[in-house]
Order: sequence, then structure tokens, then C-alpha cells
Amino acid sequence: MNKNNLILYIFILSFGIAAPFIFPAFKVQLSILCILIILALTWNVQGGEMGYNTFGNILFYGLGMYLCASVQVGMFFPLAEWTEGGGEKTFVHTPTQFFQGMAVGLAVAAVVPAIVAGLIGYSILGLRGHYFAICTLGLGVAAGEISGGIEIIGAGQGFTTPPFPNIGSLEARGEFFYFCSFIVLVLTFIAIKAIYSTRFKLVLNAIRDNEDKAEAMGIQTMKYKIIGWMISAFFCGLAGGIMGGLVGYIDSTDVAFDGREMGVFMVLMAILGGKGTLWGPVIGATVFHIFKEGFWTFFLGWQYVALGVLIIVIVIYFPEGIMGWLREKYPERFGEVVDEADRKAQVELK
Amino acid sequence: MDFLIFQVPMLTVQATLDGVLLGILFALIAYGMALQWGVMNIINIAQGDLVILGGYIAYFMYLYGIHPAWGVVVSPIIMYFVGVIIYKLVINKVVDRDLFISILATFGISILFMQLMNFAFGADVVLANSGYGTTMLFDNSVTLPNSKIFSAFISIVFAIGLVIYMKKSKLGRAIRATAQNARAAKILGVDTEKVYAATFGINAALCGVAGALISITFTIHPYMGLPYTIRSFMIVIVAGLGNLPGVAMSGMGLGMFEEFADYILGTEFRIGSVFLLLVLILVYRRFKLSKKREYLK
Repeated sequence: MNKNNLILYIFILSFGIAAPFIFPAFKVQLSILCILIILALTWNVQGGEMGYNTFGNILFYGLGMYLCASVQVGMFFPLAEWTEGGGEKTFVHTPTQFFQGMAVGLAVAAVVPAIVAGLIGYSILGLRGHYFAICTLGLGVAAGEISGGIEIIGAGQGFTTPPFPNIGSLEARGEFFYFCSFIVLVLTFIAIKAIYSTRFKLVLNAIRDNEDKAEAMGIQTMKYKIIGWMISAFFCGLAGGIMGGLVGYIDSTDVAFDGREMGVFMVLMAILGGKGTLWGPVIGATVFHIFKEGFWTFFLGWQYVALGVLIIVIVIYFPEGIMGWLREKYPERFGEVVDEADRKAQVELK
Repeated sequence: MDFLIFQVPMLTVQATLDGVLLGILFALIAYGMALQWGVMNIINIAQGDLVILGGYIAYFMYLYGIHPAWGVVVSPIIMYFVGVIIYKLVINKVVDRDLFISILATFGISILFMQLMNFAFGADVVLANSGYGTTMLFDNSVTLPNSKIFSAFISIVFAIGLVIYMKKSKLGRAIRATAQNARAAKILGVDTEKVYAATFGINAALCGVAGALISITFTIHPYMGLPYTIRSFMIVIVAGLGNLPGVAMSGMGLGMFEEFADYILGTEFRIGSVFLLLVLILVYRRFKLSKKREYLK
């Protein structure tokens, strides 16, 4: 890591820590931004680096959300009575119970989706191309529909997560959830940066470029695909668990397994930023979130129309994303050796 | 869970008949998807939304006092032009590109349509009442709405008509040639751009017919599109591209599966079971192919 990069990281980290105090009114938005970046980063492991365009990472996100909330409630109170209706009024978590429950819940919300990814990985990751995309789309929607029919987690009427305990200042809730999501974001970024600097990333890229050849070279592609998916599932689950607490209410198809919003957002953000790069999803998610929050207010009611148009425009006219555009403009910055004469010749040709 | 279907055996007959009649409708939508998948190599996620839009055309005719059965004639004509417009605006830019790009682009169209329909027609579940009455069978123990029989009949008529059209007409031959080898067809003077537009238009028109029939027989709602897309995708991958009897058979099979799932698991798991079945079929085929060291692609 050279000196410039170190300064950049320290700057971003200190900005991240100071952000909720500089913009106290935007704490919830900043937390959601962190969650979105986590989702885009983890999607990029599959979609960008491995070439497996998944719509199914929403499965782990929703699973994490339900698991975290269920554990948090179930550790101290009967879960069925809680979801029966008005549980949050009859049973009250003390602060200790709340934080204990949240910690255990988040641990479960991270580990179980990773295990699920490992279990279904062998079957699902054997599919390729658009079959994989459609299969994972089906998986996500099926999970939403089925969880909407299960009584103990609230079925169609939803699941209210435990309200934040009353401790001191009013700002505590926003700060708690912001720092939760920010810490998870930093962990995700470190983990993904670490795996991108090892042989693992090269294997993933080999799978993307030509899976048959990678297999012929003696790489156990299936093993790497499953491990990659488990890493994504781990952090998606964590993000879901935090988001559940932040929103305060879980609905099967509109909040947890929300393929129409989150499921598409994560794909879109990674593509917008530039898939197959480390910083692309981060930039894409930030730009997307600012755009979304800014324009959603103007397009109130029309946001899905705007979203549909946005998807079409990005996909057709901007498939390389922001990082891809930068790379074309300043190839030297990305470590590509450019022959000056060659570039001049190209400019003249244009 | 009290399995009602085992206590009343006649429900088996009911579910089978309902399933077959429903399945014929699914097969019609799947036929459109197979057509444009085979010709243009595009998976259209907005397929179901085109169906719903076609349904709303019939519903509006019903609202203005015209018998909704006429929707079967009007809806495909309007939907043909809708399809051509979608092709000109979006699809022709993604035809030769990566398949995932086309999936995402049509996903965008799907979201756009969903929301525009929600604004234009409201979020209520509606149906166009055809007033056809019902037929009672087996001592009144099996009820069969005549509209279902009507819709199955019309679907078969349209499917057979299209098969003949594809075989005999000049455009049909051009479409089949493009599906076999687009480049060779271009060299031999087929305007592939026009063929693609017509194919997408025909697909949309088929969706329009199916939508009109669905609005008569069942109900429509702006957000109900995606399950129809998934159903037709499932039928196509089970039957294979260009296998018409297979499309009809797997369509009916899926219809029956849904009706039985409805009775056995409960209505709330109906859509979920369809999506789960898709995953299971794909996984089954993946394991079957992996024995031969091949994969679904």
C-alpha cells in the first residue's frame, strides 16, 4: 500500500466515523448507504469477478433479516405470541437484553445464510449463464412467497422487530445502527480487498473468462464458486440483520425478500460503478443512493417508473460503469501501459 | 392441515380439469416466449407484464360496455404495435449483446410497465365479467365455468393458426430462417431487423390474446406479471425450444401442478410453489446433464 492510498483510506475512515455527527439529520440515510455498499460489494464477487449474474443474493439478505429479528425476540420471549400481534407492546426488551439479542442475532444472521449458501451452492452453481440468473431469481421470489405464508414469523401481516430501548439520548438509536452498519461495511471491504489480493480472485476471474479451461487447468472451480458465494452470503446476512433492526418492521415481499427493490438495486449499483472492480460498487452505490434520494422526492410516486427507465438506460448505454469509463479515459492510473504513438494513431482514426 | 382433496375425491377431477384448461393458456404464453427466444436469443422478463397489459385492454372494453370476448380480437392488434415499439426503443439495442444485458433490460421494462399500469388502472384486482355461466358435471360436484372452456378453445385456435402461418407465409419462412442462422438469412436477403421486430410483435400479440382470456377467466392486477414470465420460462426449458407438442404438454402439466398445489399446500403457497418448482427443475436438469459432463447453457 503506498502513501497516497493510506491517506485516502484514513480520510474515508475518519469521514465515516464523523459523518453521523456532521450530518445528524441523515443518520438513517447514511446507514442505508452503508448497507447498499455492502450489498453491491458482495454482488460484485459473483456478478463482476465470477461472471455468475445472480438475482438470488437477496435470499441471504432476507434470511439474515428474519433470523436476526427472530433470535432477538426468541431468546427472551415466546416468538409465536410476539408475532401474533402487538408483541412489542406486551414484552419489552431491557437494554441488556436488546443488545445481547442483537449480537447473537447478528451472529446467527451471518452464519446461517453462509451455511445455506454452502448447502444449495453445489446444486445452483452448476447452472450457467442465464439459467443461473433465472434460477436465482426464482429462488429469491420463492423465498419471499413462502416466508409470507409461515405463521411463526408473522406471515402476511409482517414482523415488528424489537424497538430500540430507551437509553439516554434520542440520538442513540440512529448512531447505534449507523455504527453497526459502518463497522460491517469496513469489515466487508477489508475481507473483500483481502480476497481480491490473493489467488482466489484470479481463480474467480478464470471462471468468468472460461470455466472449462479453468477446470482443465486443474482448478476445482466448484469449490471456489461455493466459497465465493458463502462469503457473499455471510455479509449479505449481516447487512439484512442490521437493516431489519433499522427499518423496525419486516414484511416478506416488501422489506426482506424485496427482489423488486434491493434485489435489483444491488445489481444496478455494481453495474453503474463498474463491475469487476473493487471500488466500482462503492462508487456506484454512493452515486445511486444520492441520485435515488434526491430524485425520489421529485418523482414521488413515479420512482419505479424512473427506476425502470434508469435500469434500461444504464444497461444499454453504460454497461461498463463509472470505473470502466475512467479506465478508458485514464488507462495509466489503472496500471495499463499505454503506447503514446498508438494512442495518437487511435485518436487520429477517430 | 386437513387435506380436503383426499376427503372429497371429486376435487381431483375438478383440479385436473381446471389445471388442463389453465395450462393451455400458459402454453400459449410460453409459445410466444419460445418463439422470440429461439429467433432473437432474448429472455423477455417483461413477458408477463405484456400479458397483464393485454388483459387490461379487454377489461377496458368491458368497462365501456363492449363484450370482453372481443378483446381477443382487439388486444392482439394493439399489443402487436406495443411489441414493435418496445423492440424499436429497447430490444434492438440488446439483441446481439450478452444475455444478461437483455435480462436486465427487460427487467427494467417489466418494472416500468408494472408501475405505469398501476398508475393508469389502479392497484385493484379486476376481472372482466363475460357472463358465460357455468357447466355442472358429475351430479353438480364439478363446476366448470364456460369462460375457461372458451379461453382454452380460443388459445388452441390461435396456436394452430400461428403454426400454420409460420409454415406457409413468407414472413413465417423468414422468421424460421433467421432462427436457424441469422447471418445466412441476412446474406440471402432477409431483412433480419424487420423479422426481429415482427417476431417481438407476434410475441406481444400472443401475450395480448392470453391476457384478454385471463381477464375473462381469472383476475388481473398490475403486479401479477412476473409469475407468468416464470411459468412460461419453465414451460420452455422443460419442453425445449421449437418443440410445440412439448410446450402444450408441459403447459398442461404445470397447470395441473398448480391446481393440486393450491388444494394440498394452500393458496398462500401457490406462487411460491411455482417458483420453487422452477428451481427444482433446473437443479434436476443440471444433475442429469452433469453425469454426461455437460451443463445447461
